[in-house]
Amino acid sequence: MSAKHAVGIDLGTTHSAVSYLALDAEEGRGPRQAVLPIPQLTAPGTVESKLLLPSFLYLPTADEFSPDALTLPWKSSASVIAGELARTHGAKVPGRCISSAKSWLCHPTADRRSGLLPPLAPEDVPKLSPVDASTRLVDHLRRAYEKSFGGKLFDQHVVLTVPASFDASARALTVEAAGKAGLEKVTLLEEPQAALYAWLEASGDGFRKHLKAGDVILVVDVGGGTSDFSLISVGETAGNLELERLAVGDHILLGGDNMDLALAYTLAEKLKAQDKVLDTWQIAALTHACRAAKEKLFEDPSLSKVPVTIAGRGSSLLASTVKTELTREELTALLTDGFFPVVQVTEQPQAPRGSGLRQMGLPYAADAAVTRHLAAFLSRQARSLKAEGGKGKSFLHPTSVLFNGGVFKAQVLRERVLSVLNTWLKVDGGERVAELPGADLELAVARGAAYYAWVKQGHGIRIRGGTARAYYVGVESAMPAVPGFAPKVKALCVAPFGMEEGSTADVPPQEFGVVVGEQTQFRFFSSSTRRDDKTGDLLEDASALDGLEELPPIETTLPEGKGKMAGVIPVQLQAAVTELGMLELRCLEKAGKGRWMLELNVRSKE
Amino acid sequence: MAWAVLWGASTTAPAKALPAEAPAVSPAPENGNDGALVLLAMLQREGRLLDFLQEDLTGFSDEQVGAAARVVHEGCRQLIRKYVPLSPVVSQGEGSAITVPAGFDAQRFRLTGNVSGSAPYQGTLKHHGWQTPKPALPPLPKGMDVKVLAPAEIELP
Repeated sequence: MSAKHAVGIDLGTTHSAVSYLALDAEEGRGPRQAVLPIPQLTAPGTVESKLLLPSFLYLPTADEFSPDALTLPWKSSASVIAGELARTHGAKVPGRCISSAKSWLCHPTADRRSGLLPPLAPEDVPKLSPVDASTRLVDHLRRAYEKSFGGKLFDQHVVLTVPASFDASARALTVEAAGKAGLEKVTLLEEPQAALYAWLEASGDGFRKHLKAGDVILVVDVGGGTSDFSLISVGETAGNLELERLAVGDHILLGGDNMDLALAYTLAEKLKAQDKVLDTWQIAALTHACRAAKEKLFEDPSLSKVPVTIAGRGSSLLASTVKTELTREELTALLTDGFFPVVQVTEQPQAPRGSGLRQMGLPYAADAAVTRHLAAFLSRQARSLKAEGGKGKSFLHPTSVLFNGGVFKAQVLRERVLSVLNTWLKVDGGERVAELPGADLELAVARGAAYYAWVKQGHGIRIRGGTARAYYVGVESAMPAVPGFAPKVKALCVAPFGMEEGSTADVPPQEFGVVVGEQTQFRFFSSSTRRDDKTGDLLEDASALDGLEELPPIETTLPEGKGKMAGVIPVQLQAAVTELGMLELRCLEKAGKGRWMLELNVRSKE
Repeated sequence: MAWAVLWGASTTAPAKALPAEAPAVSPAPENGNDGALVLLAMLQREGRLLDFLQEDLTGFSDEQVGAAARVVHEGCRQLIRKYVPLSPVVSQGEGSAITVPAGFDAQRFRLTGNVSGSAPYQGTLKHHGWQTPKPALPPLPKGMDVKVLAPAEIELP
């Protein structure tokens, strides 16, 4: 069957969404961009369609719900519930609820193909791997599409979004999860770019009023669970504006959910002072109530406080309801000043506390200040982007800001980010930034992804980018072993920064030996700032270099075949970025035709 | 016509009032007042309405009643907004003069006071009425006993 839709899937940390447009459309959809309603269980026995699918899974016991109560509009096994019911019921049964599966996909040390989730599940719960959990969510979205339009989503042009900060292995695992859900040929797109595509589509030709050659757009994307920054430059060739993604930030596990929790914990403390202690269920209800109170205060600047009431669990409502209030001072202190404090551009986020033994969990950001993470990002990029306007400046100066993520529905928070940026710019002798107006904060990523799937057919303006990191393999120096000193590791650049889709890079002179029939491991590094390293460059002492980050190792096993010599086979390395935007590393046999893929290892760093 | 019990004799059948994008499960055959019971269950789930109504208010302070009322108000209001969005039958302000035309819809206008003669009538609007032009209730749950309005919750240690 031939494709009829360009489809964008936003597989979010807390919510997912799907958008689509006809592939043969003559022009973009403008501000009215179609989003697919997703049927999901909202209560046992009740299926409703909503534009967002909460990215939650619930693993019920066999007798917890009657099988009929879990029927969806399509054939499904009742073993996993996805969406609204998973979220609401999961809050009462945390041991069976999977949330933030996406953040686990980029966990630096966990084996992301092994059953880890839910992390605190009782023994008898059949745990899912982060990959399988993501597969379940993609599968739900796929079926929702197929229910609405018939045919197979596989046959459509599908773009799936990932955080810009996802490294190569997290991207590979995302593609793997989509493949297991029946979408073997998805194209990946970075979320901040998707947000900009959505803005471009919504603005139509009007975008020229807001952008000109020489501009640098800063995308600040604070979602439910993660914060993601990207810089996109505006250039001009023969009178046409061109966009290029310059840099992406680190993966920061910090988002709107942390903000609601911060409010809830503060109010819980206030209640505790009145001798009213809340249980876990009430804390969940309080978090929900705080979100509502926060939205009311942000919406109506004339309110000075909003009452927050929490019912007890028993049927006696009057005796058990506790009441408190969220004041504007608290909101400002906790959210505006807590998460978006006025800081100097020279400040660095607090580093995570190193502790010997830690429970296996997500590496949440140690510093809650989004502005401090932003300061570090812009300062780091000024050093690496000297040619693109970073020269002689203490941080990279953006000219426009595009906001994304539900957090920024609050005008106060958008204004705070702008005012902090403008203070930094003033001190550094720069121009003020302008906000790109009219962004759709919650659905932009799905919409922009669908628009990009259509743009790829040769329409409209495209953001160039290539890989947002350079990749290196570690080469151990040949030196005598000294007890107590690990041998220094050199880093060989195998894939330079900004490799375009569909290109390959041969690593010239270095020769590696791979032992036949045994697993060979390579240490693996990446950098989001070293943009001048060329393929084949050898950097001394990788572990001491600024901007170089060690990833889980990569490995390969050459099969012992007939006709193959035993022992060590000399190989060359080759990096390729596929048409779908995936980084692949291969070993090419020097004296023959053998080619082997290097697997991005998803197991833990030893 | 279950919703009619609560919302006045509506002219649209509930099955047709469902949002077009929710083909969902085919609704179970409706028995008598199933829809009304489901709505009660929803009001309890989202706004603890049954808990509130079943409670004896004697002995509780207005402060306590007020706090509980906020819980009920918040939850039920959201539910009404979402599933049966309301608008007044008459848009002009209460207390203003109004003309009820000849051949008026007796379901939409209720005459009170000194009712005599024939339409058009001149009078004062006392209550603007309520209607829900686009009810968007979810389909009836499948395979569930609608007489259970809220399950007993048992927390396992």
